[in-house]
Amino acid sequence: MLNQLTISELTARLGRREISAREVTQSCLDQIDRVDGRIHAFLSHNNADALAQADAVDQRIAAGTAAGQPLLGVPLAIKDVLAVKNQPLNCGSKILGNFISPYDATVIQKLRAAGAIIFGRLNMDEFAMGSSTENSAFVTTRNPWDTARIPGGSSGGSAAAVAADECIASLGSDTGGSIRQPAALCGCVGFKPTYGRISRYGLVAFASSLDQIGPFTKDVRDAATLLGVMSGPDRRDSTSVDEPVPDYPAALTGDIKGLKIGLPREYLVGGLDSEVKASVDAAVKKLESLGAELVEISLPHTGYAVATYYIIATAEASANLARFDGIRYGARVDGSDPIKLYGATRGAGFGPEVKRRIILGTYVLSSGYYDAYYLRAQKVRTLIRQDFLKAFDQVDAVVTPTTPTAAFKVGEKSDDPLQMYLSDIFTISCNLAGICGLSLPCGFTSHPKLPIGLQLLGKPFGESTILRIAHAYEQSTAWHRQKPAL
Amino acid sequence: MAAAEFDIKYVAHLARISLSPDEEKKLAAQLGNILGYIEKLRELDVTHVEPTAHAVPMVNVTRPDVVTPSLSHEDALRNAPRQGGGLFIVPKIVE
Repeated sequence: MLNQLTISELTARLGRREISAREVTQSCLDQIDRVDGRIHAFLSHNNADALAQADAVDQRIAAGTAAGQPLLGVPLAIKDVLAVKNQPLNCGSKILGNFISPYDATVIQKLRAAGAIIFGRLNMDEFAMGSSTENSAFVTTRNPWDTARIPGGSSGGSAAAVAADECIASLGSDTGGSIRQPAALCGCVGFKPTYGRISRYGLVAFASSLDQIGPFTKDVRDAATLLGVMSGPDRRDSTSVDEPVPDYPAALTGDIKGLKIGLPREYLVGGLDSEVKASVDAAVKKLESLGAELVEISLPHTGYAVATYYIIATAEASANLARFDGIRYGARVDGSDPIKLYGATRGAGFGPEVKRRIILGTYVLSSGYYDAYYLRAQKVRTLIRQDFLKAFDQVDAVVTPTTPTAAFKVGEKSDDPLQMYLSDIFTISCNLAGICGLSLPCGFTSHPKLPIGLQLLGKPFGESTILRIAHAYEQSTAWHRQKPAL
Repeated sequence: MAAAEFDIKYVAHLARISLSPDEEKKLAAQLGNILGYIEKLRELDVTHVEPTAHAVPMVNVTRPDVVTPSLSHEDALRNAPRQGGGLFIVPKIVE
């Protein structure tokens, strides 16, 4: 089945002209027809546009003008938070109404230039706020391994679409774990690059000091390929960093002998499911058998990360989401004066979690509380970042579980926001510290069979190292080749 | 911060979000709970710690001051809920 191919398999076969881009694209669209009524990964997809892009690729191949494009003919689906010209953009929210993007995000331009076929809008928690897609205004995406369970979030549609082979790879965004957590729960590879590695022009902002765009893929090599295409500075995003972009696929040597991998003692306590712990322990032993040197480390401020995150992220969100006011775009609810119009538009357009976070963020920034909450959180953020920078003086990477448990059931945590927030406990520090991180499959629970994710965290701009470790582990295991029964 | 001290009506007004009475009640309770959890940051002594606003410290990032292509007038207005004469139409602001 062509829709099950990885990027490297697909581009090799396309290069040998064994298959056409149209056949691959049609295979993905057929899979969507077959399974998405149960999975609900996609909010929309334009088949005619996808096939037209595929035909254009096939014509370029026939004409011999397509050489050297690393993503030639690869159908990629996109989280509903990234601008794709002339396609809908809703961020999983009602407030954007019938918004159609007037331009391509920088990453979309880069992917198109590399030959990719860009199609589909993937479901997400509204404005990327959530860990389950239950906060989408449209639909809850289901986990392909058990459709009674959530796929994770906020990029749940992106993870489920890759796990269900409805696309070859996808894009998501990660503010506190929104790529790594759903990748872990759906059993695919998810990569959150270093802050500043990838331009965010065309990404609807949630928390500007934390957000990054990243890929969901079927193996580590594909993540390296996509990262290489998307990375680099952009004059339209002043937070993108002019740091050289290494040849990421070339870093996948399979050799991790002598690399030092840190085990933070704070991550192996309280609330960690026993099967998750056993799988992570076995993965750590595997890394040691491959020649890595294990070092116990301490990240002493780990226990403060969730509280710090929910001050900083909500404060930034309250400012960023002020733009959704019913004036320049989106749905408008009229009022007799502008203040009433704003209140009515935002009261009707935002869902409960977004309202909760904007109000919390407004409060922690408000007069009399700024120092007690926001400024204090920024200082604790410094301590969390210093924990990691000190650890990286000793080790090349840090290994942890991605999530404390496998996928939970739809509805299980949706009435208790704080419990939902605590499911991000292992992924949040990475964004606060501005470092890079990935999740890859490292096993399954037994009853029911659900994926378990291993998280690797790397130094700022240390993407190559964690890709190398992840690839070496993946080569010695077969978890990533297992498919859900759909 | 106890839920009782959290003036949901005032903060929602600052945030420009109209809430129903039911929403006010539910949000006030949930936010009280979350603020209670956030209190744990007070355990730390941060007296001599500098705040971090961005993990990658970059300041004064500028580009050359030259005109480059941007959205057309038509594209910028394309998603407006109300427009006319090449402008966004809004309720009357001053009498």
